[in-house]
Amino acid sequence: MSPLLTYGVAGAVLIAIGLYALIVRRHLLRKIVALNVIGNGVFLTLVAAAPRLGTPDPVPHAMVLTGIVVAVSATAFALALAVRVRDATGAAVLPPPGDDVAGGPGH
Amino acid sequence: MPQLAELPLLPWAVALPLGGAALVFVVRERAQAIGLAVGVASAAVGLLLALQVATGGVQHHAVGGWGAPLGIDLAADGLSALMVAMTSVVGLWVSLYSSAYFGAGDGGHQRAYFWPLWLLLWTALNALFLAADSFNAYVTLELLGLSAVALVALAATPAALGGAMRYLLVGLLGSLLYLLGVGLLYGAAGTVDFRLLATAPLAGPAAAVALGVITAGLVLKTALFPFHFWLPPAHASAPAPVSAVLSALVVKASFYLLLRFWFWVLPEAATPVVTNLLGLLGALAVLWGGLRALTAERLKLLVAYSTVAQLGYLFLVFPLALGSVEGFTAWGGVALLLLAHATAKAGMFLSAGAILKASAHDGVSGIDGTAQALPVTVFAFALAGVSLVGLPPTGGFAGKWILLNAALATGQWWWAAVLLAGSLLAAAYTVRVLTHAFTRLPGEPPACVVPARLEWSAVALAVTALVLGFAAGEILELLRVGAPVSGPVLMEQLR
Amino acid sequence: MSVDTWLPALIVLSSLLPGLLIFFLDEERHALRTALNMAGAVLKIGLVGWMIWGVFHDHAYESRMSLVPGLDLVLEADALSVFFVALSTLLWLVTTIYAIGYLEDSPHRSRFFGFFSLCVSATVGIALAGNLVTFLIFYELLTLATFPLVAHRGTPDAMRGARVYLAYTVTGGAVLLFAVAWLSALAGPVEFTTGGALGGLAQTHRAELTVIFALLIAGLGVKAALVPLHGWLPQAMVAPAPVSALLHAVAVVKAGAFGIVRVVYDVYGVTLAADLGVLQPLALLAALTIVYGSVRAIAQDGLKKRLAYSTVSQVSYIALGTAIFGPVASIGGIVHLVHQGVMKITLFFCAGNLAETLGIHNVSEMRGCARRMPLTMAAFTVGALGMIGVPPVAGFVTKWYLGAGAVAAGAEWVLVVLAASSLLNAAYFLPILYAAWFREPVGPWPEEHPRGRFEAPLMLLVPVLVTAALSVAAGLLAAAPFSPLDWAKLIAEREYGL
Repeated sequence: MSPLLTYGVAGAVLIAIGLYALIVRRHLLRKIVALNVIGNGVFLTLVAAAPRLGTPDPVPHAMVLTGIVVAVSATAFALALAVRVRDATGAAVLPPPGDDVAGGPGH
Repeated sequence: MPQLAELPLLPWAVALPLGGAALVFVVRERAQAIGLAVGVASAAVGLLLALQVATGGVQHHAVGGWGAPLGIDLAADGLSALMVAMTSVVGLWVSLYSSAYFGAGDGGHQRAYFWPLWLLLWTALNALFLAADSFNAYVTLELLGLSAVALVALAATPAALGGAMRYLLVGLLGSLLYLLGVGLLYGAAGTVDFRLLATAPLAGPAAAVALGVITAGLVLKTALFPFHFWLPPAHASAPAPVSAVLSALVVKASFYLLLRFWFWVLPEAATPVVTNLLGLLGALAVLWGGLRALTAERLKLLVAYSTVAQLGYLFLVFPLALGSVEGFTAWGGVALLLLAHATAKAGMFLSAGAILKASAHDGVSGIDGTAQALPVTVFAFALAGVSLVGLPPTGGFAGKWILLNAALATGQWWWAAVLLAGSLLAAAYTVRVLTHAFTRLPGEPPACVVPARLEWSAVALAVTALVLGFAAGEILELLRVGAPVSGPVLMEQLR
Repeated sequence: MSVDTWLPALIVLSSLLPGLLIFFLDEERHALRTALNMAGAVLKIGLVGWMIWGVFHDHAYESRMSLVPGLDLVLEADALSVFFVALSTLLWLVTTIYAIGYLEDSPHRSRFFGFFSLCVSATVGIALAGNLVTFLIFYELLTLATFPLVAHRGTPDAMRGARVYLAYTVTGGAVLLFAVAWLSALAGPVEFTTGGALGGLAQTHRAELTVIFALLIAGLGVKAALVPLHGWLPQAMVAPAPVSALLHAVAVVKAGAFGIVRVVYDVYGVTLAADLGVLQPLALLAALTIVYGSVRAIAQDGLKKRLAYSTVSQVSYIALGTAIFGPVASIGGIVHLVHQGVMKITLFFCAGNLAETLGIHNVSEMRGCARRMPLTMAAFTVGALGMIGVPPVAGFVTKWYLGAGAVAAGAEWVLVVLAASSLLNAAYFLPILYAAWFREPVGPWPEEHPRGRFEAPLMLLVPVLVTAALSVAAGLLAAAPFSPLDWAKLIAEREYGL
């Protein structure tokens, strides 16, 4: 198996694992980590798609770098939001989305 | 005096709100005034851009003078121009509304942070609609998602925070899938530029997988049934102007990208199975969203489920226009529905916000007194509802009529049945709210005062939905610029 | 831009613009509101009079606006549209006067008269529509404009009645939309053409055309109160009397019936319709409705409910006349648009007067009321006799032509229906007349208002007398030129190419 194919498959596996955890795990921190794992899987797959002409193609690498930057800022934001959710509801899990009873004014 | 054709409107459409956002973030005490001014200016630029495309054809601009593939290109064809115009019109009235909506209640916190986030969101929208390559679209998509989530979280209630968190998780998953698809597509085609992708030879499983992953990600972000679960909590618990922008504009951005990929990049991948599947999910969204709206307890939840339903109509573009020789009929109908929904839904959320601002709580059943004290606002809600139902002479009717024509002329009458069923459900839940404006009250309704700006911006948007019905011809002309499908506006005797 | 292009549009606007203005008036501005209402009504009459004169002198009036490439909004004046527009305009003026008197001191009058004007604009738009899509657009606008009128009082009964009304009419509207969209997809924009507009399709798409016809009749039949789609009409009686009068005589029910006439004569053409075999079922349905409505009316004690079922029955005369092949029957059907209008509005005005002045809502309370309100009951008698078909009231003329036309077309069974209907009408009207004129009142009136100089306020009395007089005039002077009958003959002649 060529190294590129390995990276590609590994990336796919990471995405699968992350997706499973994102859906199944309840704790927000785990969900955020799961998203990061998915992200890493995506980046790995992109890197695996990079070489096209013998020498590595810089465009996918640039994509990955941009993606990492975006992922970092998104993760920071997600963590801050998770802290706010924990402070507001007492637990770091997603509140159920059902039809709430009439809430407060000023929505 | 420079000619319209020479004005560098494309970069300004992105730079103006971006600069405004930075300025407003720094000068926080004058956030409202500066924000409103920048909003008006951005709206003007957007509308001028639409005019520029209408008169001059497809526009291009290479930012910084560097061209593709290394630089960032901006491009505007008919569809982009219409989306930017839509953003401008909705953005203008939402800005006006927001300048009076946020009180000084929580120390001006919401008011101060709303404006930079809103202008960032506007930047992201314009940049996305004008993006000439798919990777640039990814960056703008992320910016859009993050600012939207932040705006939802602005309300700081537990419901809003929960809705925002869910939205963020789903949104990030969607954009990661999108990024994966873009990368795979690059691997198959060697380019990210939309124009080049359209002409590149894309065959084989790699391209199909890429398109599939992209579609999965974008469908998640557009809240297509059954991936709509995140939308009602987020849209219902956000502040009213934010809900308006989310339902009217943000979900349309991911749908726009779907159109770009399916109609320009890889239309050959559209087998009847795929197009009908997307159509079927759209139909289910129409029915499910409508039914949930009928039973929703909270007013804004009702309007949010209405969004889920209305987005379902948009997916009828796949079975009706893709792979059809004369697809322009359905293409035009969906574009009209998209625009009409944006203005009507924004108007509806803004009027709901005004009603709730004067109410003690946010349930549908308790708004009798406030509804009767605010006739102008109720009128806006009613007019918006009429457009969503698709009654003449609104833009919603024009779009539905054209889609009905496309469905019946190509013999796919089941989509026509879906369109009508959706109309009936929309009529039912709209009337559900409006009856509260008629019930007999024991005395005079309590005097409710909401700032006039709130009521009149809602009315302006609802009236725009009405005007769209009369301007349909001009809109369809603009849509023809760079359209991927051709044909007459209304089909005849096609069997 | 000549007169010929803007006159139809102006006729619609003459009530639309005052209506929109009235919405913004404060409740206390009686004088201004009345002025706007009357100005609009009078202006409209003037414009319609001008149009009638012009059509008589062979002017072709058409207002056209492009909505979407390939789809035009068309308002035009042909013989049938002028016929209906004249009825609507005249009766609107009368009803406006009545409504101003009836709703004195009621809450929400600005809202009421705003929607009232919108309702008439929609009706006039339906009358002047030049193609199916324009018809559809104004038809839906009529639904939107009448819902707030039915819901006006805001009581739980009113809201329930309004919801039922809306459920029926919106569903009917959806079916109509589907049918019109389908027909437009087959035949392009379908402009109303005397003798039919579907030409070449007759041979190739027979099955589709038949299904579309059924759907069109179903969609129109809701407003036209064809059985079994009539359920909303008795429920909508919760509305104030002027609304019931307008809805039943002029606007909603007539719009449905007018639509059926248009579809059979100017979309399909009576020859094609007969050829497709759709006229027989329509005639049967109309006959069924006639009999069913009358039978249900007998059982009603509520006066307005009884009149509602009477409307269900009477409006189907129009559909029946349309469905029988032959010019004589067509004349009967078309002229009944006007005759039923003036007669039924008289009856509803009387019902309103009785309710307002004496608090009478049920037939059982009407004993001896003619002594107290002779003029009103005289008008009621005229209307009732017309419904039964007694000459010289207009209803007799209709029945004569329908009967003669049925015989000419070889459909003698229709005579049985007509006779049965007359008998049933007598069964539920004559007892009322007898009780009102010849019996003593049982006790004090439910809610008597003090008697002024006249038995009821002038604004409530004069309109009733005017419409009653018109009912008699339409029958007595039926042979005169420019009578409704004369006009109906002209329309039928053009349709059959005579």
